[in-house]
Amino acid sequence: MSNPQFRIPNPGSQRIDARFAQLKAANRTGLIPFVTAGDPSPDHAVALMHALVAAGADLIELGVPFSDPMADGPVIQHASERAIARGVGLGDVLGWVAGFRQRDTQTPVVLMGYLNPIEIHGYERFAGEAVAAGVDGVLVVDCPLEESAVLAPLRAAGLRQILLAAPTTAPERLAKLCEAAEGFLYYVSFAGITGAARLSTTDIAARVAELRGRSAAPVAVGFGVRDAQSAKAIAGFADAVVIGSALVERLDGAASEAEIAERVQAFLPPIRAALDAR
Amino acid sequence: MPDIQDFHRFPDERGRFGDYGGSYVAETLMAPLAELTEAYLRLRQDPAFVAELDRDLANYVGRPSPVYFAERLTKHVGGARILLKREDLNHTGAHKINNTVGQALVARHMGKARIIAETGAGQHGVASATVAARLGLKCVVYMGAVDIERQKINVYRMKLLGAEVVPVTSGSKTLKDALNEAMRDWVTNVADTFYIIGTVAGPHPYPLMVRDFNAIVGREARAQVQQQYGRLPDVLTACVGGGSNAMGLFHAFLNDRGVRIVGAEAAGLGLATGHHAASLAAGRPGVLHGNRTYVLCDDDGQITETHSISAGLDYPGVGPEHAFLKDAGRAEYVGVTDAEALEAFHLLCRTEGILPALESSHAVAQAIKLAREYPKDGIVLCNLSGRGDKDVHTIAAREGVQV
Repeated sequence: MSNPQFRIPNPGSQRIDARFAQLKAANRTGLIPFVTAGDPSPDHAVALMHALVAAGADLIELGVPFSDPMADGPVIQHASERAIARGVGLGDVLGWVAGFRQRDTQTPVVLMGYLNPIEIHGYERFAGEAVAAGVDGVLVVDCPLEESAVLAPLRAAGLRQILLAAPTTAPERLAKLCEAAEGFLYYVSFAGITGAARLSTTDIAARVAELRGRSAAPVAVGFGVRDAQSAKAIAGFADAVVIGSALVERLDGAASEAEIAERVQAFLPPIRAALDAR
Repeated sequence: MPDIQDFHRFPDERGRFGDYGGSYVAETLMAPLAELTEAYLRLRQDPAFVAELDRDLANYVGRPSPVYFAERLTKHVGGARILLKREDLNHTGAHKINNTVGQALVARHMGKARIIAETGAGQHGVASATVAARLGLKCVVYMGAVDIERQKINVYRMKLLGAEVVPVTSGSKTLKDALNEAMRDWVTNVADTFYIIGTVAGPHPYPLMVRDFNAIVGREARAQVQQQYGRLPDVLTACVGGGSNAMGLFHAFLNDRGVRIVGAEAAGLGLATGHHAASLAAGRPGVLHGNRTYVLCDDDGQITETHSISAGLDYPGVGPEHAFLKDAGRAEYVGVTDAEALEAFHLLCRTEGILPALESSHAVAQAIKLAREYPKDGIVLCNLSGRGDKDVHTIAAREGVQV
């Protein structure tokens, strides 16, 4: 087992780095929407991804449904259950990314999920298929840096391992995370599950400023960002803002491609505008 | 796997039992787990803490529990002698109290004012509510809605003890979903909350800590059998859901290579039917609830819904130390069906005047099978992990009896 503290540089996918470089050059804050793959409809999964880009997404986080999403709140948990009930699995998700890549070769895609589906799929096999599909990074919620030796085949294939940092992360650990960060470092803005409604902007600002000073990668802030106002508050000090539960909630029940696009268009552009007006 | 001389040196400092165990959790839990690990590793070596725990186990739990020779059952079966380790005689009626007394003391030493727990059969919930009441701590118990229906009496007991019981309606509405929900609570309220996990699963240090607190079962039984019979048993058996009572019995015997160890998992309607909860006998290595272990899942890695007549065994994972013992060849894990467990339940009631929990009835059924394999002077030591009062409604309903 390799020691995760001495990680080899990852020469893989450049899409995430290129996107953050563009954002920095334009002095803009990135917008990262999260959707659960296959929700609200497996038939329109690829169309949803294009709709997100059309509405201002800089990077897409695609949730891989898992039966036991311990770190997610009820909104994403239910989206996961709906997708699984429709038979969505890791293979479908990779297929949708490949479909998305036929028309969009620029927008980075990060898969977010839990370890067991990857473990059962097989690490080597997943790594090869994900790169071939055009996935740029993975955020494995229940695989902290200390356990991430298992993800070595993914990194060797060129996938960025997106790491999380939390308000509760101890200083020594934070230093390790900052050093190992690649793609971007995802700062969980409070100690809770996804979709909860607490946010102390001043605290987050101080912690993110510290992280940005130390991290080898840009810092995205998520967990609890719900609308233009809360996004704008964060835009001033983060490299990117992640919006998950609030978007998943908006999309719930949208049946047709047109309805999905309509809801995305109603929800994301005001947030995009707020970020750009910072 | 290389031949292991000393099974007592596991887990390592990262919580690994060979390939199993570890800490597969979200970043937000890393700090609380580190805090807990630090506190527990310090306390387990602190003579004052150990003395405090021993006093509670003696005076509050009622330890030691006896090892009882089930003479009429033995005669009925016609094989080796069946000995029962009577964990059903503990305060609250099961082995679960050994662990909750220990963890509640850890919680108090860490200055936590609120306790949360998850429960399947309700025994761990009752045991948690009990120790919380005794120490004056607030207690919230998460329980699957299906299990709440199956275990009404234990739900009411928890409420009488001052606990809040929160029904969990996500997923399969059973133990695994209650565990997810308790984890979510802990992530959100880490500052003042101690999470008492009821089994030898979850992230490090839980598999170690819960095993340590239950290991008194095996330490006592080993000495009792040696004292009463002048030798060790030929074979041990215990039921395995998450695996805490089994790990408790097995641990003291792991380096006694002449003692065979057999875990009885819930085979439900039969292993071939797919309706069971036998993670070790019929599952595969995976990652669930913070540790690498054997899990029941489909080819997409989705955890599958399990079935057992006994809510306490209805869990798609298992403690990582059991996974390790299986791969190391030190323990065998076999399935016992609902029907076999029920038959053993009735047999023990009628031959010994002991009403076992449905969970423990799986162990009794396995003990009966094992007794037939050994000569009459052989010894089968079975962990009778809990009493069955909580199950009478389930059994009556299944047998079409109005209570």
